[in-house]
Amino acid sequence: MQKTLKKYFLVFTLPTLIAFSLAFVIPFILGVYLSFCKFTTVDNATFNGIQNYINAFSSTSGFISSLGFTVKFVVVAIVTINVFAFCLALLLTKKIKGTNVFRTVFFMPNLIGGIVLGYTWQQMLNAVLLHYEKTLISSPTFGYWGLVLLMNWQMIGYMMIIYIAGLQNVPTDLLEAAKIDGASRSQTLFKVTIPMVMPSITICTFLTLSNSFKLYDQNLALTAGAPSHKTEMVALNIVNSFYGKAGYEGVGQAKALMFFIVVGAVGLLQLVFTRKQEVDQ
Amino acid sequence: MASKKSKQKMSAGQWAIFAFLCVLVVVFLYPIAFIFINSFKGKFFISNDPFSLPDGETFVGIDNYINGLTKTGFLGAIGWSFFITIISVALIVFFTSMTAYYITRVKGKLTNGIYFMFAFSMVVPFQMVMFTMVSLADKLKLNNPIGMCFLYLGFGAGLAVFMFSGFVKSIPLEIEEAAMIDGCNPLQNYFGVVFPILKPTAITVAILQAMWVWNDYLLPYLVIGLSTNYKTIPVVVQMLVGSNGNKDMGAMMAMLVLAIVPIVIFYLSCQKYIIEGVVAGAVKG
Repeated sequence: MQKTLKKYFLVFTLPTLIAFSLAFVIPFILGVYLSFCKFTTVDNATFNGIQNYINAFSSTSGFISSLGFTVKFVVVAIVTINVFAFCLALLLTKKIKGTNVFRTVFFMPNLIGGIVLGYTWQQMLNAVLLHYEKTLISSPTFGYWGLVLLMNWQMIGYMMIIYIAGLQNVPTDLLEAAKIDGASRSQTLFKVTIPMVMPSITICTFLTLSNSFKLYDQNLALTAGAPSHKTEMVALNIVNSFYGKAGYEGVGQAKALMFFIVVGAVGLLQLVFTRKQEVDQ
Repeated sequence: MASKKSKQKMSAGQWAIFAFLCVLVVVFLYPIAFIFINSFKGKFFISNDPFSLPDGETFVGIDNYINGLTKTGFLGAIGWSFFITIISVALIVFFTSMTAYYITRVKGKLTNGIYFMFAFSMVVPFQMVMFTMVSLADKLKLNNPIGMCFLYLGFGAGLAVFMFSGFVKSIPLEIEEAAMIDGCNPLQNYFGVVFPILKPTAITVAILQAMWVWNDYLLPYLVIGLSTNYKTIPVVVQMLVGSNGNKDMGAMMAMLVLAIVPIVIFYLSCQKYIIEGVVAGAVKG
């Protein structure tokens, strides 16, 4: 069968491969090359070695400070989102009335796009801060916690659904055995339930990590980096170097390449680390 | 032991949890209620008294909606968002499933390499290919809604091929072999036998991609831009709210509500598929 199918290579793959090459493969290769060039459009690139990388680390480019802000945000977001989502999942697997309605409501914010979400929260948080005669952009602290709140609101429901699926797979006889052996509730939770849902924890940490690390829309809508780029995350910083000042396109491309390497490496490390903690079932 | 009873009657502890969850529901729905309530207030009252319900003095009916719609061409944006989302998702499901089928069934260095490239593309942040991709799209005259759909096929291919391949692997070969012996060519075999089996995955892929394309801001903003009539909803919202010096708060609230309504309707009408699809996508992705 393989032999007959083999002749149909172009029929089955051509449209996807053309689109994929145009949207990803060629731009990616060109992007790697251009990160070592000075250019304002793709056609006028001149090779200039690692100058873009050196410029990316200068203090005026804001790359390092945006990376710092991003890391600070990502750590807090991962912890809060996962803890809250896991607790909610625990509550929703306790046979409470209306579980489906609760699940539906908690998940809903996840479907609303980042731009719309960002402005919705901007309006609401500004209305609250108005009482103290402040706005979201009067201090980077407001922007930071606003973003944490927003991401929690958006992602808790999503992670909760994955945790619920994980919790439902924990065998009840295991929990009963723990009970008979006299394990307390917290012992059962930490020694039985959590090790058993480790695969869900891996998935959720990975998803929250990559979503918050690459965050752009919400950041743009909520504060757009204000005040004075102090709440600017890496993705926004890169887009601003590309389209903010002419002549900095190469620096933007160099930053993007480093961003890609960091995202890939962190994601890989995280996956390896959490997979180690999983119990064989 | 208590579990059978609790289906009918909840214990005191369960009631406490129930009450707590009800409070949380209010917290979760509040931001949406906030913009909804304010979308019916005059623009000066929104900033003075954002938390009250509209009353005789502050209520302006649907003025904000009319205002916003005429100012921004929002109706057109809804149309283009629908157009681009539907066509892109259709292209993605149709073509990537074929590709995934081929590279899973025909084993070789080439198909392995292609599979690896698709998986790799899922890790790369958009900013890495953004600038070069936009220049390429401009040169090839893809800076229009049809071209956008084609670009979405390319960008969406990574996740879609990955998910379809995972499922194709689980289909037993015997079914297809029987069809081939009956004289089907590979295309008849694929559309007659394989694709119907792929349907659950196709729904999952369609939902995940639809959510992404519908909400995507950066790609349409960069490729199509602000000067044309092909703006999508996120682009219009950003334009109205983001860079407008003299903000019309009322119109802003009204447009945010209009941007959320289609999503809520879509969610409530195929909730089951969406939640299942998202879980399946997360577990495989």
